[in-house]
Amino acid sequence: MTVDVSLPYDKEYVTQFSNGLQEPEWMRNLRLDALEKSESLQLPKPDKTNISKWNFTEFKHNVQGEVIDSLEDLPAEIQDFLDKEKEQQNLVIQRNHTVAYATIDQELKDQGVIFTDMASAVRDHSDLVQKYYMNDAVHVDEHRLTALHAALMNGGIFLYVPKNVQIEEPIQAIFWQEDPEASLINHILVVAEENSSVTYVENYISHNKEEKTSANNVTEVIAKDGAKVSFGAVDNFDSGTTVYTNRRGVAYRDAVIEWALGQMNEGDTVSENITHLIGDNSHSNAKTVAIGRGKQKQNFTANITHFGQGSDGYILQHGVMKDKASAIFNGIGKIEHGASKSNAEQESRVLMLSKDARGDANPILLIDEDDVTAGHAASVGRVDPVQLYYLMSRGISKFEAERLIIHGFLAPVVKQLPVEAVKRQLTQVIERKVY
Amino acid sequence: MAGSTLEIKDLHVEIEGLEILKGVNLTINGGEFHAVMGPNGTGKSTLASAIMGHPKYEVTQGEILLDGENVLEMEVDERAQAGLFLAMQYPSEISGVTNSDFLRSSINAQREEGDEISLMKFIKDMDSKMETLDMDKNMAQRYLNEGFSGGEKKRNEILQLMMIQPAIAILDEIDSGLDIDALKVVAKGINEMRNDAFGCLIITHYQRLLNYITPDKVHVMMQGRVVKSGGPELSQRLEEEGYDWIKQELGIEDETIGQKA
Repeated sequence: MTVDVSLPYDKEYVTQFSNGLQEPEWMRNLRLDALEKSESLQLPKPDKTNISKWNFTEFKHNVQGEVIDSLEDLPAEIQDFLDKEKEQQNLVIQRNHTVAYATIDQELKDQGVIFTDMASAVRDHSDLVQKYYMNDAVHVDEHRLTALHAALMNGGIFLYVPKNVQIEEPIQAIFWQEDPEASLINHILVVAEENSSVTYVENYISHNKEEKTSANNVTEVIAKDGAKVSFGAVDNFDSGTTVYTNRRGVAYRDAVIEWALGQMNEGDTVSENITHLIGDNSHSNAKTVAIGRGKQKQNFTANITHFGQGSDGYILQHGVMKDKASAIFNGIGKIEHGASKSNAEQESRVLMLSKDARGDANPILLIDEDDVTAGHAASVGRVDPVQLYYLMSRGISKFEAERLIIHGFLAPVVKQLPVEAVKRQLTQVIERKVY
Repeated sequence: MAGSTLEIKDLHVEIEGLEILKGVNLTINGGEFHAVMGPNGTGKSTLASAIMGHPKYEVTQGEILLDGENVLEMEVDERAQAGLFLAMQYPSEISGVTNSDFLRSSINAQREEGDEISLMKFIKDMDSKMETLDMDKNMAQRYLNEGFSGGEKKRNEILQLMMIQPAIAILDEIDSGLDIDALKVVAKGINEMRNDAFGCLIITHYQRLLNYITPDKVHVMMQGRVVKSGGPELSQRLEEEGYDWIKQELGIEDETIGQKA
């Protein structure tokens, strides 16, 4: 068999990998089918960003992570993600490609909540996972990266919330790429059954500057009628990691999906965040903040597509660009024919901190229905000198004034993250990246 | 205690190449309340902005001294730290920065490192001052001026004045857009500041604010200069008779700078 030279993983490898995880047949077949498709499919073509030379295929694929007995054993930079004053009830820590620590509140378990790593979920809840895995939100054959993702998926989380179950405490996952060459091909699947609610927050972290690897992550959030999912994330892969991340939501009648994404990667990144408002009166609020520095190239797309009547979508993207970094922010509000009384709003703003940085804000409204409302605001500019003057007129130094304005500009996501430690950690990352 | 002295000498100011102030002279001592009055477009707000160092205003001639120190050589934050305060006519809205965080940063900016105000004392101070100004408690946690009504912005400027306690304050049309009740509340806050160390320059084109705050001195600006000065009786006469008698007295036909400033 001839395999594309750029992909060092063949049919035999994938079969062995799947067998090693004791996966059911459907998953093995899905992988093999995806592998075959990946050879003929094209890479995605994000608007104005050429990714044809980016590394999506060279990495270590299967690296064990050592199990820890106590959270005390974690290095300080991982402990930073945890609210120490609180007992961690619902937490999974994935280290490289295996689980290092996992706990879930017994009460939630008794109610039928599933919160576990993807490898276990595929074995232990095979039918349930199969029903949703790359079916309703993201499809295997969208492009080469979704196919590669499906073929080589090597981590992730399955979170299932049964009908009418309201989870008060946030559910947290930490993805720690300890091995500097370990890839991450993570699949997050969140299913919230009718009238349930859940808040989930995740952290991605790696420390690899010289060593090169890549991440190809897919998230699927399914919110059934009347369900509410609040999804928070801080992505902080280091500069050696090339990232493709695709977070997609499907909201049915009266369902709500809220995204708060702190996109703090140091390497080249393509990020898509798409929500389909299928049901009537469904609602989505998609917020992203991002920082670019060095020679980083990034491309962010936030898209809310309205199918249901009276559906409501709000996109916010705020980016700060410094050094020679460049980033494209596409905001797409799409209202399909029949989605009357819908509302599509968006705001994209880019703050430029150096003359060599580049930022584009592209607001796009695609409307195929008459009886709707829509609006957009976009701006690219420097820190407003009149705002600086106002703050300085109270004795605040120029440096501090600028700092306040930048933190304020990125606050919409920080404010919305559910875990105090994660908020604090994102604030620290912002501080470190901007200064 | 006499407080500070702000001296403005022969001040000329341009904005985008157009000369707005054409030689203003004024001295404000600690303990004194001065009112600068005049019709629209005569340079009053330009005077306020130039003293504080607004980036759009260029001083082309003259001096501003605070206790003998050259204010024009100071950055905006240094002017504030030296004791100047400007309650702005159009305060900026700053998203994501809470009113209370901003105020605490402002107060700490005037203090030495290691001598920051304690959180307890700060909250107590702010609560009591917000009560004086009849402000809703939740305004402390709202983003700075974002979505504030005109009246809320003015009260918020006076709240900052009361918290920061500067040596010399300039109030730029703090009364514009206020209804009579709000005006009384704002005046109450300003009057609470009165002591023999605090100097204040009140810029207004209505006399009505001066019904609640009695100035020691009143100045009238026209054509970018102070054309007449007097005591509180001057503002009374302006209220009754308007500005025309001054124009006649001085032979001024058009009191404005020539272009809307």
